[in-house]
Amino acid sequence: MSDKQSNPQVPSSVTEQASQVDAEKRKFLIATSAVGALGCAAVAVPFIKSMTPSERAKAAGAPVEVDISKIAPGTMITAEWRGKPVWIINRTDEMTAELAHHNDQLSDPSCEVTSQQPSYCKNESRAIKPNLAVIVGICTHLGCSPTAKLQPNGDMGANWTGGFFCPCHGSKFDLAGRVFKGSPAPINLVVPPYKYLTENTLLIGVDTEEKA
Amino acid sequence: MKKLLILLAILPSLAFANAEVHLDKAPIDASNHESLQRGARTFINYCLNCHSANYMRYNRLLDIGLTEKQIADNLLFADGKVGDQMKVAINKGDAKKWFGVAPPDLSVEVRARGADWVYSYMRGFYRDESSATGWGNCVFDPVSCKVSMPHVLYELQGVQAMNHETHELTLIKPGRLSVAEYDSFIGDLANYMAYMAEPAKQQRNHLGWFVLLFLGVLLVLTYKLKKAYWKDIH
Amino acid sequence: MTDTKKSAAASKLDGALAWVDDRFPLTSNVKAHLTEYYAPKNFNFWYFFGSLAMMVLVLQILTGIFLTMHYKPDADLAFGSVEYIMRDVPWGWLIRYMHSTGASMFFVVVYLHMFRGIIYGSYRTPRELLWLFGVAIFLCLMGEAFFGYLLPWGQMSYWGAQVIVNLFSAIPFIGPDVSEWLRGDYLVSDATLNRFFAFHVIALPFVLVGLVAAHLIALHEVGSNNPDGIEIKKLKDKKTGIPLDGIAFHPYYTVKDMVGVAVFLIVFSVVIFFAPEMGGYFLEANNFVPANPLVTPAHIAPVWYFTPYYSVLRAVPPILNSQFPGVAAMGLSVMVFALLPWLDKSPVKSIRYRGTLYKKWLAAFVVSFLVLGYLGTEPSNIWGQFGSWLGNAERATVVARIATTVYFAFFVLMPWYTKKDKTLPVPERVTG
Repeated sequence: MSDKQSNPQVPSSVTEQASQVDAEKRKFLIATSAVGALGCAAVAVPFIKSMTPSERAKAAGAPVEVDISKIAPGTMITAEWRGKPVWIINRTDEMTAELAHHNDQLSDPSCEVTSQQPSYCKNESRAIKPNLAVIVGICTHLGCSPTAKLQPNGDMGANWTGGFFCPCHGSKFDLAGRVFKGSPAPINLVVPPYKYLTENTLLIGVDTEEKA
Repeated sequence: MKKLLILLAILPSLAFANAEVHLDKAPIDASNHESLQRGARTFINYCLNCHSANYMRYNRLLDIGLTEKQIADNLLFADGKVGDQMKVAINKGDAKKWFGVAPPDLSVEVRARGADWVYSYMRGFYRDESSATGWGNCVFDPVSCKVSMPHVLYELQGVQAMNHETHELTLIKPGRLSVAEYDSFIGDLANYMAYMAEPAKQQRNHLGWFVLLFLGVLLVLTYKLKKAYWKDIH
Repeated sequence: MTDTKKSAAASKLDGALAWVDDRFPLTSNVKAHLTEYYAPKNFNFWYFFGSLAMMVLVLQILTGIFLTMHYKPDADLAFGSVEYIMRDVPWGWLIRYMHSTGASMFFVVVYLHMFRGIIYGSYRTPRELLWLFGVAIFLCLMGEAFFGYLLPWGQMSYWGAQVIVNLFSAIPFIGPDVSEWLRGDYLVSDATLNRFFAFHVIALPFVLVGLVAAHLIALHEVGSNNPDGIEIKKLKDKKTGIPLDGIAFHPYYTVKDMVGVAVFLIVFSVVIFFAPEMGGYFLEANNFVPANPLVTPAHIAPVWYFTPYYSVLRAVPPILNSQFPGVAAMGLSVMVFALLPWLDKSPVKSIRYRGTLYKKWLAAFVVSFLVLGYLGTEPSNIWGQFGSWLGNAERATVVARIATTVYFAFFVLMPWYTKKDKTLPVPERVTG
């Protein structure tokens, strides 16, 4: 073997043979690359998934039960779900009636952005029962928690019909969490999934079964 | 290389060659969901009064065929949630006062001691009037046969006595279960505790075959690729 | 039409490459280290382990990053956070097993890589620095393993760290202060865990990666050795200047190393998916018991890759009431590899052309290394004791002393037996 002057850098001079070799190389190069890429992608999955919420986070973010029997009409309480404030507002009949009267001032009066509320809350009051609003109290602009200004007028000026005001950048929302035009916040506040366990208990974090 | 492989292969067998206590083989079957469910119930009803399993969540039992509703209705305390860990109400300080040591967490007990140990230990209690609890157990401590844990299941197993010459145990007062029933009861418990020590084990073994199959294909392809390239090398 | 499209795309790519090359030596580096780095064509089985070690390093860094996202270096939380990774983190068990198995496999491939260097004389001129970088990598790796082993905060973690840190107490005069300084406390504690974490995830990985880079730069400067121990650079093609026995690393050795990677991954996966504890050798049973400073486990042994040196420590008796000789012998048993380039006086490099004298010594060394490794995993009284006629010495200790003597004799006597050895003539060209 030592007498052979092998030099792989110079391809074989027999072109026919060379093209055959090339075809074989190409075949296995493509196959190995494809399978190897598939393997790398498969290995990436567990690594990426390991960064999603763990069982602990899920347990901490489990649905919360809220007693709503003690919320006086025209007031609200704040519950905590997944570390976020959830407002539960007992709206008076005047408040719910007002909701239909300022649609022209809202960015999305009929709740067309579907990510912002469950389908069973895509209605005029954005709620299962019109008087009781359930809204995640996180501004859709940059994540501050807006301040409740439930009563009309007051320090919000004469045209204020009741709602929420974000102290960070001045976004304004009505009592259904819909954003007023001209606010930095682009879309309505989020209505979380919830359901009534009994007349007086809410479960926040679980959808109302619509199939039933 | 070869030498190293042989060494790796024989070392584990040598390491356990000089174990002092004889341990009975626990009937471990991770695919037997009924056994695991019975064991889970036993663990929660009996062990979980004093021992915690702080790293185990109740809803992990979905793995062994239980539903969330079954877990919530049968296994949880009234105000518990299915995502909770198997914590225990007992105060560590009190427990230490009563038993001399705080009952250890049992989440990974089987990984520390082995399922056979749990199986033998829970069947190894005998009446020992000289000890504080009234019970002895040579599996726990082969030298002194002392144990701080009382025999929680004696109503089920009955009472055993030990022959100090031969170290053999004989049933002197039968319990609610026959010997065979008790063995199978503890077998289920050991099976559950083995599952609890590493809940991902079944998934791990299952996935392993697919990974190996894939790597087998990769090996063939890389080998062919190497051959194709190395044709020109003489 | 497709041809013109293709060539247009190709010329665009060339343009982009030229743009990069004007600003960063990309093409020249690819050439220097891959396509025009000429390696001897007769690499055999033993030459897989360098690239495999590189791959394991990448794997350890990658899995380590993801473990760090969930691990808590706190004495109260560490043990629980590992179980949290094993249960609550999606796929956490796989990442953790990859890391724990990777640690042991790292040592498997590095030991085989070192053995390759020894049998083919890869440490000889002009590769002394290359070898020294390698020894430094090995030391660094031992540090990584030691610091990392404390992190699960189990009983073995705790008492292993306790014993090793206490070894420093044996250093005369300053010893006790040194070990207290290392621990940052009067016993291994939260402070120790926290600093070991810092060493494990930041300090040593930086050093390790730097050393690996230096190792590779040195390798590509002097060129690879080969199973014949011949310098292929001596015989070059007159026209091209390419060594006659050299082939381009890429594609020839890249495709060949891929076969090695596939085989390695199969072995690796078998361990991860079917035996992650490896019978207690990769993950020890006692490490599933949380660290308890008040109770030492009945039998503590280091992880398998440290056991040969641990046996050396146990084999050397205290002298003048001092443990220091044992500790020094243990340190020396690791460091002595660095002296190989200057101990070996043989006219040939490769074992293929050495005489039987060297081969006998090497065999004795390998056997003593394995015996020491085995003894390190066992309690010191495994085989009982000799009778009174040998002063009740434990048999295992006597065997360990003999093996330790052989171990050091291999190095100390090397200048003598390599010179005396009858070597075979070395051919001009590599032999398959």
